[in-house]
Amino acid sequence: MSRRGIWGGRVAAWVGGVVASMESAAEYGLNFPDPVTRVGQDIYGVHMLTMQIATWLMAIVLVVMVYILYKFRKSKGYEPDQHFHKSWFGQWSWVMVPAMVLVVDLTIAGSAQSTLERFWNAPKQFCSEEGADPDRCFDMNVKVIAHQWWWEYEFPEHGVEYDGEFYPITVESRPTEQDVAGEHYLRDVDHPIVLPVGRTIRYLNTSADVLHAWWVPELGFKRDSIPGYIMETWAKIDEDKEGVYRGQCAELCGTWHSKMPIVINAVSPEAFDHWIENEKRLLLAALVEANSNKEWTLEELYSKGEAAYNTKCAACHKPDGSGLPPAFPPLRGSKVATGPIEEHLKMVINGKGTMPPWAMLSDLEIAAIVTYERNAWGNATGDVVQPSAVKAAR
Amino acid sequence: MSAMDMTGEAVHHDDHDHGPIKGWRRWVYSTNHKDIGTMYLIFALAMLFVGGLSAMAIRMELMFPGIQLLEPDLYNNIVTNHALIMIFGAVMPAAAGLANWMIPMMIGAPDMALPRMNNLSFWILPAAATMLILSFVVPFFPGGGTQINTGWTLYPPLSIKVGMSMDFLIFAIHLLGISSVLASINIIVTIFNMRAPGMKLTQMPMFVWTWLVTAFLLILVVPVLAGGVTMLLFDRHFGTSFFDAAGGGDPVLFQHLFWFFGHPEVYILLLPSIGVLSMVIPTFSRKPLFGYMSLVGAMIFLATLGMVVWAHHQYTIGMSYGAVNYFMIGTILISIPVGLMKFNFIATMWRGSLTFETPMLFAIAIVIMFVFGGLTGVMLAVIPADMQYHDSMFVVAHFHYVLVPGAVLALFAGVFYWLPKWTGNMYNERLGKLFFWTNIIGFNLTFFVQHFLGLAGMPRRIIDYSIQFTEFNVISSVGAFIFGLSHLILLYIVIDTIRGKNLKKAPAVVWEGAKDNGLEWDLPSPPPYHSWNTPPKLDKNAKYADA
Repeated sequence: MSRRGIWGGRVAAWVGGVVASMESAAEYGLNFPDPVTRVGQDIYGVHMLTMQIATWLMAIVLVVMVYILYKFRKSKGYEPDQHFHKSWFGQWSWVMVPAMVLVVDLTIAGSAQSTLERFWNAPKQFCSEEGADPDRCFDMNVKVIAHQWWWEYEFPEHGVEYDGEFYPITVESRPTEQDVAGEHYLRDVDHPIVLPVGRTIRYLNTSADVLHAWWVPELGFKRDSIPGYIMETWAKIDEDKEGVYRGQCAELCGTWHSKMPIVINAVSPEAFDHWIENEKRLLLAALVEANSNKEWTLEELYSKGEAAYNTKCAACHKPDGSGLPPAFPPLRGSKVATGPIEEHLKMVINGKGTMPPWAMLSDLEIAAIVTYERNAWGNATGDVVQPSAVKAAR
Repeated sequence: MSAMDMTGEAVHHDDHDHGPIKGWRRWVYSTNHKDIGTMYLIFALAMLFVGGLSAMAIRMELMFPGIQLLEPDLYNNIVTNHALIMIFGAVMPAAAGLANWMIPMMIGAPDMALPRMNNLSFWILPAAATMLILSFVVPFFPGGGTQINTGWTLYPPLSIKVGMSMDFLIFAIHLLGISSVLASINIIVTIFNMRAPGMKLTQMPMFVWTWLVTAFLLILVVPVLAGGVTMLLFDRHFGTSFFDAAGGGDPVLFQHLFWFFGHPEVYILLLPSIGVLSMVIPTFSRKPLFGYMSLVGAMIFLATLGMVVWAHHQYTIGMSYGAVNYFMIGTILISIPVGLMKFNFIATMWRGSLTFETPMLFAIAIVIMFVFGGLTGVMLAVIPADMQYHDSMFVVAHFHYVLVPGAVLALFAGVFYWLPKWTGNMYNERLGKLFFWTNIIGFNLTFFVQHFLGLAGMPRRIIDYSIQFTEFNVISSVGAFIFGLSHLILLYIVIDTIRGKNLKKAPAVVWEGAKDNGLEWDLPSPPPYHSWNTPPKLDKNAKYADA
């Protein structure tokens, strides 16, 4: 075998090895996580096809370059061919090269387009509706509302809504070593979104403040959350793919962009029904509690307020009330938190500047938070704010 | 100065010229294309180090999970500044510096067509850079408001909520835009009107061609950015709601305006560097540029197509099926002109007689790495797959593979190629090679592994990440430190060459293969303060054309 032949063989083996190792790389975190939807698998296929074409082209360029650098050296006495660019090849390469590139382009675009067509538009009809196309319908809606910096989930058909918060929030703005060492550091929430496998879910995606993007790699799509828009996307997790899938916000959304994890708990439809019933019961109990005309004691409101504060307010104002000046003022000893109660309530309900309005919280929640803020961290005003006061302030 | 008694023999010029004014007036009042070019290049080098320091801060913070060094908003602010300073402070002024130095010398013109405007377009830059740096610094003072935490894309609504530093940034962008548009007008007028008699457009050196196209692109798209940020300014202070959904506006509108500028901007950064490669590669291959006309055609095609594919930066905003399909196919087609350009460079080397001085080493590395960056670009253009890549570290890796080799390293190649011409001293080749190898190794270590991070699901622009991403981030940071430190070698080489102690003097034709590759080699090294007072006689008319 000629020397060149041996080299050619080695290079081909090397390229083959690279491509093969990319196939198996998924397990080592070098490639996409395994998709759990049909669409995700199609997308994975498009990705692998494009990447293989790219790898081969790169290999060809590398081989040609190595040959050039080896062969056409002045130090080996190679004389330049001053007429190469006037040969037939030089005259016609401007047609041949684009034509070859076009063929590659069309191969890629063709394979991408069929996938794109299948998944781009979300289904418009419930499967339960009469005359619904069984391949182009959805079983349930999930509303995903992005906030700085958490996700709010709503199951409109079930009347269930809740927030999925980053967990845990530490007192220090710098996470401790234990936090960082956790297996799911920045990828865990206190209230995961539970979804049934084998059901087509339409996601309605929007934002309450700035741009965000909801991204769980296993589902195979990413969509921006834009205030004023409702994005429709869809995904159907395969029946045999129960499990926990983690993702996070992908569009820069300000200070704590890195702390907007998403956790999907994909379960069987039966387990989902069980879970949603339980959620409904919890919500109902909370609603009953909020609407009872009960006089609350300082202790009750304080402990409720502490929990609500740590999920809703602590990202900016910090669990110890120290804030992150200048964007997020401290509450410890602040004029608002120790001044007139009406001003304090107005601030929480209506917001101001960077502070978002919190009118969507219940009277009880606001009362608890305000009571907590007026009594915690040495703000010992002793004030107890009842839900009725919140109602009056609205 | 009179050119009447000139015979076209450039060597005699400096006998007759009055030299530059002495002292600071030489620089502040300068209307000389060489002095202004030098100032552009020094400014760009300074900004390269400012932008580089911010990159070092980013990589130091990202080296390990957890928040060690910076606060989240400070991190975002640094990310924003890194991009803006590198693009508007380092790459564009450096390319403008090369244009100022080389275009008049290459087309046989005594100076730029509008020398006083040339002075203005440079001296706006330090003011703009001051505004830009103030936008970074202001939040550290009491009452300075919040930091710019939007990234260089400045997307509202986030950019509307930022404190007064955003206003500094908006005005900095206005100034930078004015500077580039003035410089572009100057370049276009110079190229169209000041060519040596008999030099057809199709005989210009390729570097001049690339700047002609770049200048047109700049004039077409920079005003769009200026308009976009002005609307942002009005939303922030004058109660309009162009981008506020609550007032009937549309946050996505800004994205379209921004990327209508932002995507052609990529080619604005890229094309002058293509021009540098078109000069360097034939010189060190000792044969003419392969496919002169097809390069010109590819470039014009690239610029035109590049203006109408901007929305591939926004695949996740939920455009209609028809729209995304158009933007996907348009973007994939960008590979045709780019592929042709790279093919022409490789074909220029084919059957050449190669030597490997520092500029050529850079050129070879650029061709290989840019092909790689271009291929990941095709991957990103494919929408289904982009649903995963979008806003992940894969994108960061991709555009650094395009912009660092495609723009920054090519400018380095140009600097090494022409530095002996400018200073009359030969730079230290051993140090040049040392710089090349540390630079290339550092760069690839930094950015290659980021592809894997992105595929595995690490978003970009986050200060802190989950421990599963640790290994590659450590590698990337170590690479970044090598890459960053390597530029100290560059700084040393540049200073060393300007001082010229114990260095060889450069002949007029610095490189053996450069003889017929540009009129600048007909001038002595360093060229006289005023060159081509009499236009050169172009009897070898077919010099730059290939057919």
